[in-house]
Amino acid sequence: MGIKGSLFLLLGISLGYSLLIIVRKYSGFLSGIPLGKEFKPPHIRYDSRLLYALTLILLLVLPLIVGDYYIDVFILAGIYIILALGLNVVIGFSGLLNLGFAAFYAIGAYTCGLLTTKAGLGFWSSLPMSVFIATVSGLILAFPALRLRGDYLAIVTLGAGEIVRLTLNNWDSLTGGPNGISGIPSPFVFGFELSKLSHYYYPVLFFVLFTIFIVRRLYYSRTGRAWLALREDEVAAEAMGINTTKYKFLAFSFGAFWAGLAGALFAGKMRFISPESFTFMESVFIACMVILGGIGSIPGVILGALILVILPEVLREFQLYRMLALGIGLVLMMVFRPQGLWRRG
Amino acid sequence: MILEVKELTKAFGGLKALEEVSFRVMPGIILSIIGPNGAGKTTLFNCLTGVFPPTKGRVLFEDKNITGKKPYEITRMGIARTFQNIRIFGRMSALENVMIGQHSRSREGFIGAIMRTEGFQREESEIRSKALEYLEFVGIKEYAYSLAEGLPYGYQKRLEIARALATEPKVLLLDEPAGGMNPQETMELMELIKRIKGWGKTVIIIEHDMKVVMRISDWIIVLDHGVKIAEGSPRQIQNNPDVIEAYLGKEGIF
Amino acid sequence: MFLQQIVIGFTVGGVYALIALGYTMVYSILELINFAHGEVYMIGAYLGIIFLGIFTAIGLTEQSLPLALLLTFILSVFFCSAYGFTIEKLAYKPLRWAPRLSPLISAIGVSIFLQNYVMLTQGATDKVFPHILELAKIEFFGVTMTTLQIFIIATSLLLMMVLHLYVMKTKTGKAMRAVAQDRIMASLLGINIDRIISVTFIIGSGLAAVAGLMVAMYYGLVNYYIGYIAGIKAFTAAVLGGIGSIPGAILGGFILGIIESLAAGYLSGEYKDAYAFIILIIILLIRPRGLLGKATP
Repeated sequence: MGIKGSLFLLLGISLGYSLLIIVRKYSGFLSGIPLGKEFKPPHIRYDSRLLYALTLILLLVLPLIVGDYYIDVFILAGIYIILALGLNVVIGFSGLLNLGFAAFYAIGAYTCGLLTTKAGLGFWSSLPMSVFIATVSGLILAFPALRLRGDYLAIVTLGAGEIVRLTLNNWDSLTGGPNGISGIPSPFVFGFELSKLSHYYYPVLFFVLFTIFIVRRLYYSRTGRAWLALREDEVAAEAMGINTTKYKFLAFSFGAFWAGLAGALFAGKMRFISPESFTFMESVFIACMVILGGIGSIPGVILGALILVILPEVLREFQLYRMLALGIGLVLMMVFRPQGLWRRG
Repeated sequence: MILEVKELTKAFGGLKALEEVSFRVMPGIILSIIGPNGAGKTTLFNCLTGVFPPTKGRVLFEDKNITGKKPYEITRMGIARTFQNIRIFGRMSALENVMIGQHSRSREGFIGAIMRTEGFQREESEIRSKALEYLEFVGIKEYAYSLAEGLPYGYQKRLEIARALATEPKVLLLDEPAGGMNPQETMELMELIKRIKGWGKTVIIIEHDMKVVMRISDWIIVLDHGVKIAEGSPRQIQNNPDVIEAYLGKEGIF
Repeated sequence: MFLQQIVIGFTVGGVYALIALGYTMVYSILELINFAHGEVYMIGAYLGIIFLGIFTAIGLTEQSLPLALLLTFILSVFFCSAYGFTIEKLAYKPLRWAPRLSPLISAIGVSIFLQNYVMLTQGATDKVFPHILELAKIEFFGVTMTTLQIFIIATSLLLMMVLHLYVMKTKTGKAMRAVAQDRIMASLLGINIDRIISVTFIIGSGLAAVAGLMVAMYYGLVNYYIGYIAGIKAFTAAVLGGIGSIPGAILGGFILGIIESLAAGYLSGEYKDAYAFIILIIILLIRPRGLLGKATP
């Protein structure tokens, strides 16, 4: 690629970041609510409702304006937003290091794929089951979380994620092994098949908004506070009457719930899934979105997901160097701005 | 008698941090636990609040056996504490810290949060206003919306007390509340503790500052090397030769 | 077949042990899981092939195979140690007092970077070790053992012994143990923490380089991905033996090698890589301090 290419890449990233900062400064909506409404006394209000409405309208008419390539990127971004928000609950709210999140993603995708191709169920019928099984897996993985500290938990979740992937890769009879599952049908809505990307876009958009809505509501609630306390200081949280065990279980299964949903959506989009999409790197990728956005911050994480999905597409020619940049990016982020892009308070 | 400790023993491997400590606490008093460093005072607190179970012995709260219960259970039953090296929730606002104290006194869970039911909204607003009250009680209401870790040390200590009070305890355990405070702050702290007693709560404090201990305590227990070596009123303790010997070399502390 | 698998297990185990030593030493001093350590091992393997290639090209290998090999070893170790040293200075040192998540993420970042860096510069296909070794075989009790296997086991054991003596007897070694026990106290006693940490990384990386080179010779080919797999397995070995314990890493390495070999032979070769993960999870759940580790309160 050479010097020119690297400089171009660097320039692109810095420009993007600067743009973000500028936009934040001048737009009430994006200056973001820091940790809680509790940060600003109630009499300070800004009316972001207009901006929300405009954004929503724009999102709704998007498929009519842009071509299939862009829709594809947006759908993928949507799926990753759901994933990132789910992982955000585990890492960001609760402080539990999960490096095997892709396992839940895979379980959701494969359950959907298997139910639709082998059991003949439709997409919408498979969806609840996919989400349910993923959630149950989350509960199972929570057990190690109870006893293990930070690093060790990270390794165990990594191991669990890899075991899931290896099992999917080797259990040919059930999962098709490395060949995966193909021929996953598209969902039907009122008898109308959503086979085109521009149509599939809408259920995905709906679920993204749904996810943001629910996660946000939980954040600003007693449950959300309990998670945050768990993250900040587990001993103190317990001393304040919080049943940390219960909330760890809750965090893992709640996070897995969204991963399962994202998995099913992914299966419906790609119509084909294989273990390749659910490696440790994938878990790292999702974790990066959470870290990039600022652990715990909902708008930050959405931003992180958008950046990490859209940026590689924009810099398509430099595809090869994508991982390289990711690696350096991680180190630089940790050294210079560990709190993420989205400033708090 | 609101709290009874019977032959409490805690050993870490071969090291006995607490040895057959027994005492009774009458409701509504201010009890101070003093002793040289390493006497086992914080270990005592940890055993009382369930951070770790004692090796031997029992703890009875309102005649109920709470030995070995989990910390959150004990908090729910009505015992709250602060920590020697402040453990507030740094990246949350002061208000949120105190709101968390109300966790065990509230009920709304998942469904309420998602649906924003009337019950949920009512409860949230109640939690919020109570939290503001507690902040006002300890005197840091203006800092309600500030980031907890950004607060000055003295205010952080008060925040921790407010948070513990928010759990609506019957017994409040304060671990070195005057630690690191200047004389002015210490005076204010003593006033605060007296006011807490005025609410009918029982306060047990671990403290090194003898002025504080002598001024506000109704009763004092002295620990040394894990053993209770004396118990009595401030006057009695002042004149107790064993206590003086335990603090040998620290003249003029009384 | 049983004994044959044991022999293989010992050989592979020695390699795991060498890499595991790096993990355990760094963890004992910094409480950091050095994710990038596996990549250093992989780089060692690549460097070995590259240097040997150079020596072959200039005709040195023909003249004197032992000399070429020796120089290859020395150069690989040197460069890998340099890698380890640099990684620590750039990616870990700035984060020494940061919350634990930060250096972990940084380590993952370094790992990703190195893997892809090698992939881009050396190609994604396997790199082949030049066929220059004539392997004699020894037979006993129905077991066949090549001189290479003996060489690997012997080298591993030798290096482990040297390391053990170093850590026990020399001034630096003792300083390392002091820092592992209490970093702040050690610095108050006048020990140069930065230097000790650097030495730890240098030694660990050097051992990994040797491991990499031996693996390159044993399997005949390498690719940019071997660091990740070997890294996880070696980490499992370190945890199995007790993370922070040098004898533990050695014990863990050999045990893991043997278990893996037997399981692959008797159960299923397909899931070979999974065994390490399974063992890891079981250990962390049942006895996190491993076989020889100390229980932490």
